[in-house]
Amino acid sequence: MKQIKKFAFWLLVLFLLILICLPGIWIFVSAFRPNPEILSKPANWIPDRWTIHQFTQMFSINGYVSVPAFKYLMNSVIISSVSTLIAITIGMMGGYAFARFNFRGKNSIFLSLMLARAVPGISLSLPLFILFAKLGIINTSFGVILVYVAMNVPFTIWLTDGFFRQIPKEMSEVARTDGCTRLQAFWNVELPLAGPGIGAAAIFAFLLSWNEYALASIITRTVHSKTLPIGMMDYLDEFTINWAGMCAIAVVMIIPALILTFIVQKHLVSGLTFGGVKG
Amino acid sequence: MSRKFFSGPFILILPSILAIGFVIIIPLIFSFYTSFTSYKLTRPDSLFNFVGLRNYERLIDNTKFWYAFGRTILFLAVVLNLELLFGLGIALLINKITWGQRTLRTIMMFPMMFSPILVGFQWKYIFNDNIGLLNNFLYLFGYESAIPWLIDKYLAMGSIMVAEIWANTSIFAILLLAGLLGIPRDPIEAARVDGCNSWQVFKNITLPFLMPFIFIALTIRSLDVGRAYDIVHIMTGGGPAMRTELIWTMIARIGYKDANMGFANAMSYVSIILSIAFTYYFFTKLVAARRDLGQQ
Repeated sequence: MKQIKKFAFWLLVLFLLILICLPGIWIFVSAFRPNPEILSKPANWIPDRWTIHQFTQMFSINGYVSVPAFKYLMNSVIISSVSTLIAITIGMMGGYAFARFNFRGKNSIFLSLMLARAVPGISLSLPLFILFAKLGIINTSFGVILVYVAMNVPFTIWLTDGFFRQIPKEMSEVARTDGCTRLQAFWNVELPLAGPGIGAAAIFAFLLSWNEYALASIITRTVHSKTLPIGMMDYLDEFTINWAGMCAIAVVMIIPALILTFIVQKHLVSGLTFGGVKG
Repeated sequence: MSRKFFSGPFILILPSILAIGFVIIIPLIFSFYTSFTSYKLTRPDSLFNFVGLRNYERLIDNTKFWYAFGRTILFLAVVLNLELLFGLGIALLINKITWGQRTLRTIMMFPMMFSPILVGFQWKYIFNDNIGLLNNFLYLFGYESAIPWLIDKYLAMGSIMVAEIWANTSIFAILLLAGLLGIPRDPIEAARVDGCNSWQVFKNITLPFLMPFIFIALTIRSLDVGRAYDIVHIMTGGGPAMRTELIWTMIARIGYKDANMGFANAMSYVSIILSIAFTYYFFTKLVAARRDLGQQ
């Protein structure tokens, strides 16, 4: 009886694993298979012939054949990194203020920042489109970066606030009685201790910018500023879809995200929970 | 007073407030204004054509809008509840494992890093009636007629829900697992000694302790409910015959396809209030649950 129970338990775990991993694996395999094989029935799990045809078409630097994926990738990298850097810097300042100071209206300011983040991208995109067009920053990386900074700040504050609160106040106080200024104490004591947490917050911000679609699809118009999620739609015509091409660009999109998340996954969870639980 | 206002914490928060003010607050004020005009993108002068509450009146009379609104509420209710339930189940399951738990936790985070647009595409690919993995799989069992998952009016909504649940269950699972790992052993053992069965232990000890974690997950999740737009947009685009039209895809259709900004902005406000209400509700619940736990 106990054996059966144990067997059923592991069967359930296995089923779960398959459910989580299978769609991703299928995309990955499809990116490397020759086009006709996509239509094969029954499904062919291991392609007869592995090919990087889709990737060479996307990435042929002089004159792309299908979709200018290299340009999109560069846009994505630049926009996501710069917006993450700025969002982390100003979000960290905010998080520090919420963790270390008591001031009037603290809770309501915190809540309003969170609520600002809850505005759905598509609802915000209409007025942003008009405003950015008037300011002449539509279809520029600058415009997209600006939007992502604002989108990432509230969540960065939530995470960093939690991490700074884990660090005992006394540590900074000791440093200051020893002659440090508040800024020096922050730089030499609190920042290194909160480092891993801030790294996790940065990855979160990066992923949000990397994966965002609703706003970027409106603000970016051409190759000049389109990011990967928007570029992916190039493979989607009204009636036909280049499945293999889309799978290939999906692989390009997911690999950096995968690597980054694996690096910080431990701190990610503690950051989310500490921010919320220790009130 | 003013000196105090400009000191310490406010200087630190100021850049955040400026960024959000410029990108979120000012556009929202602008769109609030346009929701009272007959603004069309194709006719810029209509920006100053003030029509009062007419857009909102049209909204109330518009049955298509109410269908989309109702569908959105239903969608969120089904999806959020199932995600919570599955997330809890998975967390309890993984909590029991002693060997390879960390690897499993990492694999569980897999869907979290997928862009919603990618999730949508991936499931569009799997649910495709012709070349999809699912129909291909059924074919193996002799089920040869291709099921039109994304074209049938009932199946399409279900397929989108599957994609949404796949993408977002992991955030619940991971946060609830973090909660489970933090539960002290003593009360559970004491309860067992006193003769409680597993269900009683779960209901009276585990669940109350998990409550703040459940609300953290719900709060974080509610920030992103609008991202379901990406998934629906790529999977069905609101079709077939608007059967999967949610409030967000309808905004995009009215605003960009029909270029009717005033009307679309009125609709946007309904969606914004919806999202903010969700977030506000779960956030206050979180604060309350946190207080309860602190008092024990």
